[in-house]
Amino acid sequence: MFEATARNRRNRKVEGLLRLLFLWMTCMLILPVALILGVLVVRGGPAISWEFLFTQPLDNMTAGGILPALVGTVWLVVVALIASVPVGVAAALYLSEYAPDNRLTRAINLAIINLAGVPSIVHALFGLGAFVIFFRFGTSILAASLTLAVMTLPVVIVATRESLQTVPLAFREACWNMGATRWQTIRKIVLPNAISGILTGVILEVSRTSGETAPIMFTGAAFFLPFLPQGVLDQTMAMSLHLFVISTQVPDVPEHMPFGVALVLISMVLAMNGLSIAFRVYLRGRKKW
Amino acid sequence: MSVPVQASEAADYAIEVEDLAIRYHGKPALSDVTLQAPRHEIFGIIGPANSGKTSFLRAINRMDLMTAGMEVSGSVRVEGRDVRGWRNPYALRRRIGVVFPLPVGLPLSIYDNVALSSLLRGTRKKAELDVIVERCLRRAALWDEVKDRLDSLGSLLSGGQQQRLTIARALSQDPSILLLDEFSIAVDPVTTMRIEEVLSELKSEMTIVLVTNLVQQARRLASQTAFFLTGELVEVTETEAMFEGGAKDPRTTAYVEGKFG
Amino acid sequence: MPELAQAADRRDAAWWIDRMVQILVLAGGLSAIVFIAGIFVFITREGAGFVFDRFDFREFFGSPRWTPTSSHNPTYGALALIAGTASVTGLAMVVSVPFSLGAAIYIGEFATGRVRETLKVLVELLAAIPSVVWGFIGLSIMNPLIIRVFDVPVGLNVLNAGVILGLMAAPIMTTIAEDALKAVPDTYREAAEAMGATRWQVTFRVVLPAARNGLVAATLLGVGRGFGETMAVLMASGHSINLPTSPFDSVRALTATIAAELGETAAGSDHYGALFALGIFLFLVTFAINFAADVFVRGGQRKHRRRGRRPAASANP
Repeated sequence: MFEATARNRRNRKVEGLLRLLFLWMTCMLILPVALILGVLVVRGGPAISWEFLFTQPLDNMTAGGILPALVGTVWLVVVALIASVPVGVAAALYLSEYAPDNRLTRAINLAIINLAGVPSIVHALFGLGAFVIFFRFGTSILAASLTLAVMTLPVVIVATRESLQTVPLAFREACWNMGATRWQTIRKIVLPNAISGILTGVILEVSRTSGETAPIMFTGAAFFLPFLPQGVLDQTMAMSLHLFVISTQVPDVPEHMPFGVALVLISMVLAMNGLSIAFRVYLRGRKKW
Repeated sequence: MSVPVQASEAADYAIEVEDLAIRYHGKPALSDVTLQAPRHEIFGIIGPANSGKTSFLRAINRMDLMTAGMEVSGSVRVEGRDVRGWRNPYALRRRIGVVFPLPVGLPLSIYDNVALSSLLRGTRKKAELDVIVERCLRRAALWDEVKDRLDSLGSLLSGGQQQRLTIARALSQDPSILLLDEFSIAVDPVTTMRIEEVLSELKSEMTIVLVTNLVQQARRLASQTAFFLTGELVEVTETEAMFEGGAKDPRTTAYVEGKFG
Repeated sequence: MPELAQAADRRDAAWWIDRMVQILVLAGGLSAIVFIAGIFVFITREGAGFVFDRFDFREFFGSPRWTPTSSHNPTYGALALIAGTASVTGLAMVVSVPFSLGAAIYIGEFATGRVRETLKVLVELLAAIPSVVWGFIGLSIMNPLIIRVFDVPVGLNVLNAGVILGLMAAPIMTTIAEDALKAVPDTYREAAEAMGATRWQVTFRVVLPAARNGLVAATLLGVGRGFGETMAVLMASGHSINLPTSPFDSVRALTATIAAELGETAAGSDHYGALFALGIFLFLVTFAINFAADVFVRGGQRKHRRRGRRPAASANP
């Protein structure tokens, strides 16, 4: 009896210690980043003003604002979305609604995993070899966005597929039994109930796309181009590359500027991500069956 | 229209099944089924769980096309035509209404649940749809409960109401064959009785296959009854005979007398 | 009756539309294969000239001399670059694997309710920080910090890039490892607890061994992420060609070399081809890593399924 309680007490103590250890480990992942973000806010915050956001860079990028980079990132993201969302949703529909369990399906899944896993610089080489050179788009928004689209395709596919799978099989069977075709079932029942989940995935893709640097370096983003792009065949500046350029390639940049750019970029990305998460939480709370 | 040779002979049977066998991923679920269901009658199927009753229904409306690993061999003829000869299996399913053991109210409005099949066929006129919706809901004994909230979600109704909604939806297809799979599991006894009355009336318009876990239900409604046991058709007999000691197989007698199952 | 049935059996508009949609979405699915094959084809196409004419296996993998711009004797030894990538990735894994697994265990096995949800969201947000921002952090925050703390002349080195890369890879590894823990059926835990095991005994003796494949996959994907990371390594590692002997040596990674030099090469030159050859090497290695991770993930799923856990209902029969 006594022995048992002693062992119990010891066990509980070990458990408490382990719990603390793992909590500490979790914090060690999160706290340094929180600290770093704090530094970014403190040192980049003063740089940010309407003028900083909405004017052209001046004096070889050592003064002025970041307007062309901001606008360029919007261009890149929008064109990439136009290219990747339809393809990604189609692929997810195939995998979730049509694909039989066969070798082809496994090959598609493996291809998706690898698209997500190939280094971004290899995507850049692909974009250069395929879109810039082979398809003769030149270094342009089109080539850069297509590169980004291929790279972020798995984000859309995975989010869409997960969202489609939350719609119970019983609904599909009920429709099929009525003589609805697969597509009628998808259009009337599956998509309307999965669309918000798909949207969450799209927002996530926006976040991913706007932060990428390597894939656009050689395919369409310019170091310094103090004009706004007029069409998809123009080159453009971009936020991510701009941060790289003014923090490593340009001499005599006042310190607050790269911090300001980093802060704007990370705010964009985290805001998009936060939006996507909030949306997901909201959806989870809503019951339709 | 060309007249099929077997028309005169086949016309008396809505469903003819010969040497039907069903496997899932190679594992047999049902084998050696041969039976005929006469037109405009209720054909009962009884048997304990896992005896292949549901698989049998899925073979009739070609759900094997939508089910991974489900293989069907032998022949199933609906209205004299082999179901596997249909070039458009969706059109076949439109002629066959199905009601499942667990109710499925689609996440659409109650109105749209019932109007869906007409909508998919291209009926757009509101007046026409209104008539169909009301008629089907009335027949499924649901109209009075939901007539004031037709635009609320069908998937949020109670289980019993959803089951009647499912029946209304199946009737909205205007089917020539109605497959019912243990519909009374999710419905209270009073509603069950009301639906049973409806079924007796419906048989003048359509052939009904009634899979049931309640042997007495088969006795009340079916003219012929088949007994399935562990993936095998034991026998098909006139219902009255089966329940009054006339079963050909002792296992059937034991089952209808409640000795197992 | 058969006439009626025959009349009903028409391939109507709905049938044709369904067929067309089926072909369309199949094309979408196939596009993933087309793209991954396209990546290989196009980088090989650009790198082929170099690989067939100039490539020397012994030099590439055996020499640390990467001097593609030398006018009299350009050499293409990737050993130092491989060593740079390996040292940074290795350090990153040493830093992040224990912490990621620890965090996954805390989130998956100890934390509950709102704490758990919050931690998961935070980890997800960490994974979203762009790599160029990480590079900038290495450059402008870690660099002076390392110089001050360790009293070294340069703070852009293996240590800096390794820590940055570790922080970058950790969220992904945590998420995947936590998924692997979640995939262990609760019946395992309940059975062990019923026998009187405490929570940590359950975790260490039952859950971790059962999730082993998934944890290996998580680590592999972390390695893949570190191996392929470009901007952060480019900006934080010091970017000088070196066989590192200490964490305070500057190095240069494979990915960073491509990013830094590609802009200054003429298309079709040996140097240009050599950079694509590095790309082919990166592609093949990450492909192998991802493939291995996938095999481990599948192995893990099969194991639980075999022991009586019902597989998730496939949405598509």
